Amino acid sequence: MASFPDSRPDPDELLDRLRGEEEKARRGRLRIYFGASAGVGKTYAMLSAAQRERKAGRDVLVGVVETHGRSETLELLAGLAQLPLREVAYRGRTLTEFDLDAALARKPAVLLVDELAHSNVEGSRHAKRWQDVHELLEAGIDVWSAVNVQHLESLNGTVGAITGIRVHETVPDTVLDGADEIILVDVTPDELMARLKAGKVYMPQQAERAAQNFFRKGNLIALREIALRRTAEHVEDDVRSYRVEKSITPVWNTEGAILACIGPREGAEQTVRTAARLAGQLNVRWHAAYVETPRLQLLEVASRDRILAVIQLAEELGAATAVLTGGDAAAALVAQAQQLNCATLVVGRPQRPGWRALWRGPSMTRRLAMLAPTLDIVEVGHADSARRLARAVQRSAEEDEAAVWRGKLAGYAWAAAASAAITVLAHPLLNFFDLANIVMLFLLGTVLVALKFGRGPAALAAFLNVAAFDYFFVAPRLSFAVSDVQYLVTFGVMLVVGLLTGQLTAGLRFQARIAASRERRAQSLFELARDLSAALLSEQVVELGEAAAQRNFGGQALVLATDGHDQLLPPAKPPADFDASVADWVFRNEQPAGLATATLSAQAWHYLPLKAPMRVRGVLAVKPAQARWLLIPEQVQQLETLARQVAIALERVHYVDVAQQAVVQMESEKLRNMLLAAISHDVRTPLTALIGLADSLQRTAPPLSEEQSQAARAIAGEARHLSALVNNLLDMARLQSGAVNLRSDWQSVEEIVGSAIRQAQHALAGRAVVTALPADLPLVEFDAALMERVLVNLLENAAKYGQPPIEVRAEVTDTALLLAVRDHGPGLPAALKGREQELFEKFTRGEAESATPGVGLGLAICQAVVQAHRGQIVASNAAGGGAEFGITLPRRPPPQGLPETV
Amino acid sequence: MSHPVPVAVVIEDEPQIRRFVRAALEAEGWQVFEADTAQRGLTEAGTRKPDLLVLDLGLPDGDGLDVIRDVRGWSAVPIVVLSARTDEADKIAALDAGADDYLTKPFGVGELLARVRANLRRPRGAGADGTPEEPLFSFGEVEVDRQARLVRRAGAEVHLTPIEYRLLTVLVSHAGRVLTHRQLLREVWGPSHAGQNHYLRIYMGHLRQKLEADPAQPKHLLTETAVGYRLWVG
Repeated sequence: MASFPDSRPDPDELLDRLRGEEEKARRGRLRIYFGASAGVGKTYAMLSAAQRERKAGRDVLVGVVETHGRSETLELLAGLAQLPLREVAYRGRTLTEFDLDAALARKPAVLLVDELAHSNVEGSRHAKRWQDVHELLEAGIDVWSAVNVQHLESLNGTVGAITGIRVHETVPDTVLDGADEIILVDVTPDELMARLKAGKVYMPQQAERAAQNFFRKGNLIALREIALRRTAEHVEDDVRSYRVEKSITPVWNTEGAILACIGPREGAEQTVRTAARLAGQLNVRWHAAYVETPRLQLLEVASRDRILAVIQLAEELGAATAVLTGGDAAAALVAQAQQLNCATLVVGRPQRPGWRALWRGPSMTRRLAMLAPTLDIVEVGHADSARRLARAVQRSAEEDEAAVWRGKLAGYAWAAAASAAITVLAHPLLNFFDLANIVMLFLLGTVLVALKFGRGPAALAAFLNVAAFDYFFVAPRLSFAVSDVQYLVTFGVMLVVGLLTGQLTAGLRFQARIAASRERRAQSLFELARDLSAALLSEQVVELGEAAAQRNFGGQALVLATDGHDQLLPPAKPPADFDASVADWVFRNEQPAGLATATLSAQAWHYLPLKAPMRVRGVLAVKPAQARWLLIPEQVQQLETLARQVAIALERVHYVDVAQQAVVQMESEKLRNMLLAAISHDVRTPLTALIGLADSLQRTAPPLSEEQSQAARAIAGEARHLSALVNNLLDMARLQSGAVNLRSDWQSVEEIVGSAIRQAQHALAGRAVVTALPADLPLVEFDAALMERVLVNLLENAAKYGQPPIEVRAEVTDTALLLAVRDHGPGLPAALKGREQELFEKFTRGEAESATPGVGLGLAICQAVVQAHRGQIVASNAAGGGAEFGITLPRRPPPQGLPETV
Repeated sequence: MSHPVPVAVVIEDEPQIRRFVRAALEAEGWQVFEADTAQRGLTEAGTRKPDLLVLDLGLPDGDGLDVIRDVRGWSAVPIVVLSARTDEADKIAALDAGADDYLTKPFGVGELLARVRANLRRPRGAGADGTPEEPLFSFGEVEVDRQARLVRRAGAEVHLTPIEYRLLTVLVSHAGRVLTHRQLLREVWGPSHAGQNHYLRIYMGHLRQKLEADPAQPKHLLTETAVGYRLWVG
């Protein structure tokens, strides 16, 4: 099979780009002033540009700007509108903070928000200012901001290593990468030093200290290089995206993704950051995986939390994360890499070189290399990275640890008890059995302890059993001395066998536990899906969802559904620490918030939007028994799947309601039609008799007197009027009932005009009608009966209110049919001038009190019919006197090909 | 006519309507028999061998359509339908079932008698029972000579295409009667063209241009909107 060269755009990539463009059209544009260090003039550049923009007439607003007391910068603020800062009380002090809600309400065209890496005061909506900016962009506001290179998440470690100063306020790289414009503000290190000396950078008292620590020329050169390179990467992205868009050259390659292997040791953050940066440069997907082996299962809680924090960091940096289980970390990682089609593995460098490597076996890198010779392996060196990791959930860790210890102590106690019990039981057996068989009993005890309590107690049991065997059974008894040296071998074997079985059974136990918990999770989802499929009311779905979340996460759970107007319903009895406004924010922004997220993380609850295929159907709020569960990717996945199921069930229930409403509507429509038909029949039957009998009266022999004959004619005439009125009312009722059922077909305009004139014969009473129809009028699509009705009404009106001759005109354009009916009477009433369209309202007549019969439904019916055809009807006074009613109907070319012969 | 005095059967459940229809017909010299149910109507039609059947579509004991089908099983008597319904689909169904004309309630005596006359003047049973049709037929200024296949208007020969001619002769042989679109399409083009009503509109337009004084206000080639066409001779 011929293989195609890389000449076609990857559909996924194009889709991504389309999606990106769609999102961009709605979003505001983000411009970032990017600099190597403080003092390069970012704020100055930003304000200068803002001044230019203001002069060009754009609505520029300063949200927050840090001038650091620099006079030149302060001058630039003159004339720019500034948003007042919000005052926040925090630990007895009053701090000022950027006012996000005021900015959203004010909605300027351009908003200046300085210091992108700033951390908001605790209790603000978002923990970080860049999250504020994100929300502003979502609201369609253009934002200009500024950030220094050392605040970038992935460069944080590198810059820290260069300068020896570590900043804690960081911005994820994705924010910079997602910026629409990056403006590099650059000065040479010499000039920056000069500025510093001149006091233009910081306040004078701070300058010297800062210069000593940070503003060393070497530092500045390095920082400048990093900033330049980072900007270049962004430009390269722009170029690539441009090339992809224009399909200039095949730049889409099929290279595999990157897998970052998270280890248990410190420095894993560095691995993750490097992988993120590498993935960014290579423009490939990346994953992060952590393998939980039986050995790592035994780590203390603090290290485990650190691992979870690293996994979370990886997620923030854009990785898809997974926690794998297996006995052999390297094998599990290689399997994962192959499954995800990764070409590159990023691992940390082992920390302990030297003799311990002999004991530990080959390093992870070597093991990976042996298992997967085709994969590239990048070994990341150490950086002194003491970055603070998420602490939001640490408070529960201590309680956790205590509980674990209590469990472990019990295991050791049982191990000791088991040893004692075997000793007591075996003692009387000594007279019947060889010592070798007694040894077997002790070994059995060790295995049982290992099965029940794991490795530690098993080791204790092994030691105790050896001791007890020696002391109580081996001669000389009741002494640890050994008379026969060969028993030393027995002891040794006993000990080794005990420890080994302990190790093996512990591993098995671990695998079994993992399998069981996976099984439990799957089972729980399965049960939920089954229960939800039977639910018919949203209350049932809510109840099932809450119960399932509680089963999975303990603690408390709430499902908030929406009402008929797509508004979130607050819980009936909200728990004390539940915040309905957060739930509402989550619902509107379709993003999770609260505990274990970046938004309002101080909350005790975790809020998750219930996203269904069509729209968000509500919010799931969980307050788990253990907050750290929300950091474990598997648990988060479980929660998301659960939320998804509940959301889909809510949507299904919603559509069940919609379908029921539709059925009810159809039934009532049917009922209305039946009613109208019945009324129509019951009213017309007596009218028919009336007209017919009045007609018969005039034909009796001998003929009636002139007076009697006139009366009979009048009866017939009035009955006809009544009949017309009933027809109008019934037609209006039909047209008003909503769905006008058009029976459109290709019609001849000439025919309809002709038959309408014939229908209106009674009303016209011999008045002449002049038609002006081109001979080559094409067929036009409309409902013949309804349009005939319109023309009859217009002709009757012309006969009633106007003077002959009455004219009917028609012409066509490429896209429309124009029909006009005019008379030569007095025209429209002067009182209606300028509001002719009111004529088409129900029960409107040319003259309020008039002897001319009719209730003013005729024109309303005309309008309803024409509008049902997506056309227009207008009334006007014709040039030369008289009223003219014009109809415009949209038209398309008629079907071609008429058979002259068969 | 099989009777010295023409006989009409009026099937209508409303006594007042029956009364004036009877009066109108009797004044024209008809002998009228009445029936107020479909069942009795069928019996009357069977025993009286009428020359005209006036039938209300909404009868208490059955649908008028069934009466039409039943009668058409054994008789070609002209049937004029009275209908309170305005829905064109009902009229089309009645005409397709074999009715010759319809009147929508309310209607006057004049309209009723005009329809009756129009339906009786038509050459009855032409072609069906083997009797040759009258070769010459005229309406207004138009003369159709079916033997010579010639059409003249005010004495001058008019050139018609084969389809136009065929359409005209179908109308002529059912003169006065309403023909539904489906009936016309079937007779002119054959059964496979049912539903292509726009063919008809084009050719009827051509015929009017060639035969009517004012095609927009025709006197003979009339449109029964949404139902069909009628050649009006009266």
